[in-house]
Amino acid sequence: MAMTGEYLGMSVYLNDLDQENMAFFKHCGAHELRVQQCTSCALKRFPPTTACPFCAHPEATWQQVSGKGTVYSYGEVHHAIQPVFAEFAPYMLLLVELDEQRNVPNEFDGLRVQGNLADSAGNLADPALVQRVGIGSRVRVVFKDMGDGLAMPLWCLDDTEPQPEAPWRYAIE
Amino acid sequence: MNGEIDASSQKHLRGKYAIVGVGETGYTRGSGCTTRALGTRAVRAAVEDAGLAMADVDGLLSYSFNDSTPSPTIAGDLGIRPNFHMDVYGGGSSIEALVGIAMGVIEAGMCRTVVIYRAMNGFSQVRIGGTGGRGARAGLSGDSLFTRGIGLMSAGQMFCQSFMRHMYDYGTTPEQVAHVKVIHSEHASNNPKAYYQQRVTVDDVLNSRMIVKPLHLLDCCVETDNGTALVVTSIDRARDCRHTPAVIQSVVGRCMKPRPDHHYQAGPISTVAGHYAKDILWPNAGVGPEDIDVTGSYDAFTFTTMLQLEDYGFCEKGEGGEYVSSGATRLGGKRPNNTSGGHLCEGYTHGINMVIENTRQLRHDADDSCPIGPDGKRQHTYDYRQGGCRQVENVELTANMGWGTPGMGSAMVMARGD
Repeated sequence: MAMTGEYLGMSVYLNDLDQENMAFFKHCGAHELRVQQCTSCALKRFPPTTACPFCAHPEATWQQVSGKGTVYSYGEVHHAIQPVFAEFAPYMLLLVELDEQRNVPNEFDGLRVQGNLADSAGNLADPALVQRVGIGSRVRVVFKDMGDGLAMPLWCLDDTEPQPEAPWRYAIE
Repeated sequence: MNGEIDASSQKHLRGKYAIVGVGETGYTRGSGCTTRALGTRAVRAAVEDAGLAMADVDGLLSYSFNDSTPSPTIAGDLGIRPNFHMDVYGGGSSIEALVGIAMGVIEAGMCRTVVIYRAMNGFSQVRIGGTGGRGARAGLSGDSLFTRGIGLMSAGQMFCQSFMRHMYDYGTTPEQVAHVKVIHSEHASNNPKAYYQQRVTVDDVLNSRMIVKPLHLLDCCVETDNGTALVVTSIDRARDCRHTPAVIQSVVGRCMKPRPDHHYQAGPISTVAGHYAKDILWPNAGVGPEDIDVTGSYDAFTFTTMLQLEDYGFCEKGEGGEYVSSGATRLGGKRPNNTSGGHLCEGYTHGINMVIENTRQLRHDADDSCPIGPDGKRQHTYDYRQGGCRQVENVELTANMGWGTPGMGSAMVMARGD
């Protein structure tokens, strides 16, 4: 069955042919961050794919990960293009490196996830919060429900862990 | 990755093909005509520039994001009967790849002379990145949940994390990167065709409004309407054409980093596809970056120029900020880059105008404001002050570096022919 929902006023639709994305967002709907793990080489991967990027094996299981990571890089959108994002500008495009599988299989590789900075309720961050986050910030996943058992993963500052004194930010505020 | 690519197999094509004609419409915002008309005018201009007749052209290639007019229509309008044609999907990094394909199809005996064009109303019809309404209000499904679902849609939004990480990894400063725009604006001030001919300063760039950090408005290229074309043929036919040919020494087409769909999963993300492409480009050309007189490093953004110059070896990795702010890339400098003003200033074409410019540089005939002499040719002054010359002295070798994404690039080396 195709699934439908809504996020920030945008309609959400997942075709039942799109098994990989549907599985991912259904797990998010259960508030679990799960990624594919290859049944042959055991490496985890993201985003969902139809085969293993490391060994081409077709089969995988969905493994829950800690949902904790470090901001590896970011962009900060001041000029929103999509009308629904305009009211949230400036908003952050985080590249989060998960704690699992860092520098694997090669140095500088990682299990990295792109997503928005949010508060702990999954609402897009306000400008004051945006200014507190940069490369090195510790973040954890948070989910915003989209309806029909689907949810969008976002990232909030992880209050359970020490934060860097001054996360690295672009030189001009 | 050295040694993993057999760069020897195509060496026999070094020097065997050339760009013999270039053509363009104006670079405008509001062409007032269709992409069909833009394509037709550009192809016609390129074939005339080559000194060829339409009947000499029997191959066509074009590239677009489904925002153009296909080649059978352009051929029909001009009375060309193609023995070969193909319209491919894609933007930046297409042109160098298509030059390689043109060489291949001629080599295979499928046709004799190929015109490649890009026709786009990139400002008044389809704006790049779907920013002009196309898709901006659409719902989310499938993979777009990972992109538009997080407000990630335009090229700047897609590339910003790689640019930011370069500043983190190497201490690159906003001031250094702004020099790319400053220098290209100087070049454009000597280009009567350029959409933006105004010279700007580092402060102008850094004081322009923020689009997506680390990109200010003036770190981003212009959007324009234009048709552009060039003609590729064999070196034997090239000798019968009107101008000194730009002889193709080496081509790399849409070379990619690992994890091509999600490049940010692999390797240092501040390293781009040129890191891999260089191992094909330089061995096949038989020259290295130190031999190149003029570069054309794709400037969709200031950062793309810098990252590629670095990864193709024009400076050490991590020293791109220093290189682009040193004056080396300025007219009169050691190795000028984008002497037409490029995408930041001349106009946006997905790369082809930078190849057109280098073809003219190799002819020693940049179309600047220098006076025309009694022989009908420009008398270049090599005075690079505003409104002056933009011909580089004694150009023998050029390099073009096309950018598709941080994970995808194309490149080409050309030499001045006989």
